[in-house]
Amino acid sequence: MNVSRQWVEAFLRQRLDSGEMAARLAMLGAPVDAIEPVGADLSGFVVGLVTAAKPHPNADKLRVTTVDDGSGTLHNVVCGAPNVVAGGKYPFARLGTKMPSGIMIERRKLRGEYSEGMLCSARELDLGDEHDGLLVLETDAAPGTSIPSVLDGSDERLVVDVTPNRGDLLGHKGIARELAASYGVPFRLPEIPGEAAIDLPLPTRFGDEAPVGGVRIAIDDRTGCGRLLAAVIRGVKIGPSPEWLQRRLRAVGLRSINNVVDATNYVMYELNQPLHAYDAATLKGPAIVVRAGRSGERITTLDGTDRPIPEGTLVIADAERVIGIAGVMGGRDTEVSLATTAIVLECAWFDPARVRRGRRAVDLSTDASHRFERGVDRWGAVDAFRRCIRLIVTLAGGALDGPAVDCFPAPMHPPRIFLRPSRVTQVLGVDLSWAEIERQLVAMGATVVSKPDDGRIAVDVPGWRPDITSEIDLIEEVVRLYGYDRIPAEMRAFRPGRRIDDPAWGAAQRIRAELTGRGLAEVITLPMVASGGAGAPRLLNPLSADHQRLRDALIPSLVAQVEANWAMHTADVRLFEIGTTFNLDDRAREPGEAMHAAFAVSGARHPAHWTDTSKAPLWDAWDARALFGDLVELAQPGAAIQVAADGWVAVLPGGRLVGRCHRLQSDAPPWAPPVFGGEIEIAPRNVSLPRFSPLPIFPAVVRDLALLVGTDQPVDAVIGLVEERGRRHALESVAVLDEYRGKELPDGKRSVTVRLVFRSADRTLTDAEVDQAVGRLRTSLERERDVVVRTT
Amino acid sequence: MDALRQRLAAVATLDAAALEAEEVAVLGRKQGELTRQLKEVASLPLEEKRVRGAELNILKTDFEAAFSARRRSLAETAAAAAGRDTDLTMPGRRAWSGSRHPVTIVIDDIVAIFREIGFSVALGPEIENDERNFTALNFPPDHPALDMHDTLFLEPVSGAEGSERLLMRTHTSPVQIRVMREGPPPFRVVIPGVAYRNDPFDASHAPAFSQIEGLAVDEGISFVDLKATLTHFAERFLGGSVKVRFRPSFFPFTEPSAEMDVSCAICGGKGCGACKGTGWMEILGCGMVHERVLQNCGIDPERFTGFAFGMGPQRMAMVRYGIPDIRLLYGGDMRFLAQFGAVRK
Repeated sequence: MNVSRQWVEAFLRQRLDSGEMAARLAMLGAPVDAIEPVGADLSGFVVGLVTAAKPHPNADKLRVTTVDDGSGTLHNVVCGAPNVVAGGKYPFARLGTKMPSGIMIERRKLRGEYSEGMLCSARELDLGDEHDGLLVLETDAAPGTSIPSVLDGSDERLVVDVTPNRGDLLGHKGIARELAASYGVPFRLPEIPGEAAIDLPLPTRFGDEAPVGGVRIAIDDRTGCGRLLAAVIRGVKIGPSPEWLQRRLRAVGLRSINNVVDATNYVMYELNQPLHAYDAATLKGPAIVVRAGRSGERITTLDGTDRPIPEGTLVIADAERVIGIAGVMGGRDTEVSLATTAIVLECAWFDPARVRRGRRAVDLSTDASHRFERGVDRWGAVDAFRRCIRLIVTLAGGALDGPAVDCFPAPMHPPRIFLRPSRVTQVLGVDLSWAEIERQLVAMGATVVSKPDDGRIAVDVPGWRPDITSEIDLIEEVVRLYGYDRIPAEMRAFRPGRRIDDPAWGAAQRIRAELTGRGLAEVITLPMVASGGAGAPRLLNPLSADHQRLRDALIPSLVAQVEANWAMHTADVRLFEIGTTFNLDDRAREPGEAMHAAFAVSGARHPAHWTDTSKAPLWDAWDARALFGDLVELAQPGAAIQVAADGWVAVLPGGRLVGRCHRLQSDAPPWAPPVFGGEIEIAPRNVSLPRFSPLPIFPAVVRDLALLVGTDQPVDAVIGLVEERGRRHALESVAVLDEYRGKELPDGKRSVTVRLVFRSADRTLTDAEVDQAVGRLRTSLERERDVVVRTT
Repeated sequence: MDALRQRLAAVATLDAAALEAEEVAVLGRKQGELTRQLKEVASLPLEEKRVRGAELNILKTDFEAAFSARRRSLAETAAAAAGRDTDLTMPGRRAWSGSRHPVTIVIDDIVAIFREIGFSVALGPEIENDERNFTALNFPPDHPALDMHDTLFLEPVSGAEGSERLLMRTHTSPVQIRVMREGPPPFRVVIPGVAYRNDPFDASHAPAFSQIEGLAVDEGISFVDLKATLTHFAERFLGGSVKVRFRPSFFPFTEPSAEMDVSCAICGGKGCGACKGTGWMEILGCGMVHERVLQNCGIDPERFTGFAFGMGPQRMAMVRYGIPDIRLLYGGDMRFLAQFGAVRK
């Protein structure tokens, strides 16, 4: 909402500082996003005094003038406007000034006479449509004075961020009400300069249909339109608005159109009541009816767009066709024009939800729809309507054709709400006196009706606050106006929550600590991707094809980030991510989601050091295998790691695959080292506590064995057998030391050296005992695995 | 054995020749003293054998280590004497340092502060329905408050027509609903998570972003508790000298609602470009849980009251670390990420 400081000043009858206004509004719940000088774009223009105007020697319609722009130099200016006279003051664009149209003013020759600048019309300054002549400045300001200070008296525009519940702040009266309460001063409507003295009785009440000035007014859709006021004004003369009105509209960022349209816009920005004026001569019937749109109907709206009307949309129609989308925009066919002599003025209360649906259906948001959606004052409509009539008659002349009418099919009063001071204390945590509570209720405009014996306060809510429907709404108003800063911030006793942390949180934290400890860097990528696996769910309304699906795995995003690093010539990349993945499997009716952890590593395994005799080794599949193994233990302790075609997978006892690890395919430059990665679904589980085992007190005996293992024989089956059989012989651990393949070995065999560590918990083992154990293991290996022990 | 222990202690003082002789004298296969004693163990009674054998074996390992260490030390001294001095200003050998994401660091810091005062972590799904994302949170249908929640919907599953419309949660608030429906108060939870809006991906918007919410519901919780808790949080998160203010605001699911501002981190409250000259920065939205929300979760609002709050870790990370473009937070540039490691060089 654009707020003019001067307009608010006119309500409060006092000068205000815009910075202080902003500070106060912020603390009242309406922060100010910006304070802008009004007319800043005209700052290059100055008051020009025409000291002489004589006919152009070579052109009938042009004149050659001498302009004093206060610089001390008089300028020769050729001008085509009929209304230029010596002694007049007009906006003057000096050489080098950029016009709102984008044109730069340069010295040029017009039919043989030099022109050194330009005298401007209102339209040339983008101030209105007036183009019949120069904008006449009736001012005492000296030549050279800047135009914004003459036109706008240095008004300022406050861009107020109004929350959706506070429609009343979309009019200057609402802003003035808040500030008046804050400053502790009264406020009332500004006077209309030169207001015409007219007799304006209250509009006559009707049900859902009424005649006025020969026009039939009707509400056919009573859920969509709760109140409809109308008047016929004949004998109006459409023309430009006076300077004061144009200035107000300019300050809020509106263009002046003509006196009647400007009057409706003025009242909208003053009282938050949109109104619409129709050219009475264009109405068929003549009638104005609020009804639901019918299939196939169309309208060309004021912005010149031809639009289909979705069926059911709340519309204004005459006897034959749609003439407006209710609460959104009027139609071009019934628009007020220079030829108009009679108007029908309409002022309504439309259902906020219907207006919202309508403007979404036609995809057109306007000042009016913005206000109706947030709720206008159903009861204040009468005052706004009468003010607009006065304004139109004052500006455009004319007279009411018959008394104005007020269709109010289901009259009602603003709600009465009961407030319990005990509830105020319960919610706010402080005891406010009744007098204090009442003071704030009155400041918001409510009427405190009575204080019955049951201790409650009966409050009549003002019509401009449709957002207030229950006791808690009143409590918020009380504390808002009392001041949030006056509520103490003292820490009081509390009961801690009884819930434990979500186990998935702890699991993710443990994985993150482990991977950062390994030197990996965490990334957070967007969960939306351009394409994904078959199970990646699709979004119905993505903004971009790049983000049209939900990821079903993290690895592809990590690979993309590795590639982005390569593009920056970074070869050493170590990334991981913990995030949600989505999956829609064939049988499911809705997509599922799971937390995953994934990593991708490439480049040097550790930073190069000056003592290194060769290049630092690269991350390889075995690094990935070990990292994956640890990840599985952290994320899915029940899963077994199995060998797959291209790497390893983690499989749960039931057979479900929960993770995989392999060399990653990527779009790699020739110099790029290989990328390895893994991904695992995180089972939400709490950490299992380790069990202490007593430290051994007897020495270990170590034996290294070289085993002849088949080249296609999985070594884990060999080790598994040794572990199992060794258990009886005090075997503590088995580890692979190295693998050797060479021609001197038997065909189809490789040599795998394993280290066996034997240790007893209760005595020192003798060599003989260990030799015997090794002998037994050797026999088992030969018989059951066809593995020969080469050496010991 | 005590004699052996003394000889062990003396190893560190031996010169090269003495070291060689002593090694033979102690560990030598034939005349080594320790070797001899180990052989004798076999003849001891069983109980004594076990104890003594273990002790001697440990001593043997210790001697081996001591001889090796002394040899290394003598070699280094010899190298130094030969003029090949070690330059201790040469860099040490490093390992890669990992890093948490800056947004994770912010979330972890926030969670840590709230856990100290009795909050625990709650999580919930990112795919939600209208009821928990909007209706239960007191968003009226066709209300302009929905404009702030430009929602991403999931394409309906073929064959599942007629089932409820699914959406990507527009805030983490549906987890509040889930928590409150799971059990009786008191509740004290913080809810970190990802929320989705149909926003363009530009310097200040992302279609998916982190959010962290909090909820406290119990008997006797008031606006005073809200202010105290969140002021405490701001002072812990930003330092004790930070100034805090609460302004009225509007959210459908809280009433009274507030925005919490903190004194601008850039100018300290004097007013600058970052705070639009106000000296304040908006850091979180909060309010007393709306009584209709409590009712929607089966909680009696006459008995229980509560407060809730929510903030954006991405924006907080951008302010905290001076990151100008939100898209950096979604990238994986190692040069960016390394800046947030515990070890940064």
